[in-house]
Amino acid sequence: MTAIVARGLVRRFGEVVAVDGIDLDVPERQIYGFLGPNGSGKSTAFRMICGLLLPTEGSVTVLGHDARKEPEKVRRRIGYMTQRFSLWEDLTVRENLGFMCRVFGMSRRDTHSRIAERIREYQLEDLERRFAGTLSGGQKQRLALAAATLHGPDLLLLDEPTSAVDPQSRRDFWEKLFELVAGGTTILVSTHYMDEAERCHRVAILDRGRIAAEGPPRQLARDIDATVLEVECGNLPAARRRLAGERWVRSVAQLGNRLHVLVARDEPEPMERLRALVLGDCPDVQVERVAANLEDVFVAATGRRAASTVPAQEAAA
Amino acid sequence: MSWLVRLLSVASKETRQLLRDRVTFGLIVGIPAMQIVLFGYAINFDVRDIDAVVLDQSRSSLSRQIVADLSATQVMNIAWQADSEAELAWRMRRGDARIGVVIAQDVERRLADGSRAAVQIITDGGQPSLQNVAQGLAALPVLTRHGAARPGQGVVELRTEYNPGKRTAVQVVPALVGTILNITMVIFTAGAIVRERERGNLELLITTPVSRGELMAGKLLPYVVIGLIQTTLILVIGHSLFAVPIAGSLVQLYLGALLFIAATLALGLFISTVARTQFQAFQLAFMTMLPSILMSGFVFPFEGMPVPAQWIAQVLPLTHFVEIVRGIVLRGAELGDMRAEVAKLLVFFVVMLVAAVLRFHKRLD
Repeated sequence: MTAIVARGLVRRFGEVVAVDGIDLDVPERQIYGFLGPNGSGKSTAFRMICGLLLPTEGSVTVLGHDARKEPEKVRRRIGYMTQRFSLWEDLTVRENLGFMCRVFGMSRRDTHSRIAERIREYQLEDLERRFAGTLSGGQKQRLALAAATLHGPDLLLLDEPTSAVDPQSRRDFWEKLFELVAGGTTILVSTHYMDEAERCHRVAILDRGRIAAEGPPRQLARDIDATVLEVECGNLPAARRRLAGERWVRSVAQLGNRLHVLVARDEPEPMERLRALVLGDCPDVQVERVAANLEDVFVAATGRRAASTVPAQEAAA
Repeated sequence: MSWLVRLLSVASKETRQLLRDRVTFGLIVGIPAMQIVLFGYAINFDVRDIDAVVLDQSRSSLSRQIVADLSATQVMNIAWQADSEAELAWRMRRGDARIGVVIAQDVERRLADGSRAAVQIITDGGQPSLQNVAQGLAALPVLTRHGAARPGQGVVELRTEYNPGKRTAVQVVPALVGTILNITMVIFTAGAIVRERERGNLELLITTPVSRGELMAGKLLPYVVIGLIQTTLILVIGHSLFAVPIAGSLVQLYLGALLFIAATLALGLFISTVARTQFQAFQLAFMTMLPSILMSGFVFPFEGMPVPAQWIAQVLPLTHFVEIVRGIVLRGAELGDMRAEVAKLLVFFVVMLVAAVLRFHKRLD
């Protein structure tokens, strides 16, 4: 079964085209990732899926309901975690959870037991009576996820859930997501962290409102339309300058004391050619062929560097 | 019944937040208390003991009688006798006197034929309150003609218009209930939806099953209670501080207040759906407040306004509530006696609430 089906989804804001013809099939019980820089249309696509924005063109079906015609039916079965913390900062953790239970129509008894359950699961025991506004980024995120899952939604929409959170909290958060998926929930998550995208079952790489590449992360990396090389040498700036002008070199990025280079796939002897090119400036040059990561996929698919995406190595630091 | 649960959960959430926001909570009590004390003392149409200079060109018994009557109004205190127009002008220019009275030489004849003014009252045009006084005093000869049974007793009529010191408070305090409610209710609710939009709560709230109507009604409910608390506060202060008697029934008064509260809350809510930021909401709220205060008949008599202004005033809920509250408090009237006003308030409430609900979509665009 497919949780979300979108066809030819377009959203314009005046002259600006935020989402420019997206087709989407999100399978059930999986984590599906939207990877893309800010302004690539991730949030707009999310909002159309949960009925907060009407599509200019195209259709979205969520859990079998037309998101345009039956938004209320969709809303009862989804949990939405907005990019910005959107619970009430002047209510306590418990009050926030209580309010969300009540508006989703739970009885008092259910509310009580459900809150106790979530508070335990999301390690909010010591924070119960704290105002949500005084929580740290990671605590707020736990609370937001606890609130989004209170009514047992079949589909969770998480819009950049980890943008204000430390690495340890991010790891814990992802553990929770896998637990939810194991319990039968479908999760759509947007991120600009490469390492998070790599944890998804499938990802769609968004660029300027379009899907540039789509599939399981490993497969995307394997099928990449480029060869990925890493260069080590004593004079990286010179080597970088040398490579920058070459047409067969698709992109160059520095990672610590190495250069990460994408070259055209149809280049027959890329390592030799690259070594020959920089040898004059760097006699000690070493070239190594490496596996592609999602950022390489992004660069290869969009033809440009993902300016605001963060490579896995840096993100994990 | 699940709609009621949702409505009440919104209302109780709103109340919690309100009680925690100490500044706002303080304003609930502070605004009415401060304003009634300030307005009660400051808005005083009684003008008394203004230094006056008199130029009596007639020097007859009648002219002395007129001066004595003027003096007896206590509006003016005859501080100077001038011998010439120049001296009178000089006194006024120096600020020794703020009112000048000139009694014509042939005052008796002028009073008899009524075609020309017998007594001239000169005031500083820059002071509106003095203008009012002058108009009142200048109406003297006319009044004598209307008081046909006792000619010459017009001065006494004027005296009753100004003299009893409490009349202004009695007039002002009931209308203040409306003015203060108008200010606080619109301000409180104008921010209600915008605040959640600005803080990002709305995006979450509209993905829940809460309907537009439930959300609106839930947000209004706590403020209805606050409005009634404020009404009580104003009446208690008005009664204890300014000795304003309540002629009509309290039940009628509270029913009227409830209707007015609903109307102003709906207006505030509508503003909240129009504004994109809290700042815009407050500006819009103020935009509705000034005309309300100035044109409702609270400060200036309704009948004295130009016709277009009267039309505008008809749209303002305060206009009708001032009528209602004065009717109940001062004249002991009942809501049934003022069906037109009640109906207008009802229509205003329904139109505004429907407009607010229609304007508010559970979408972000």
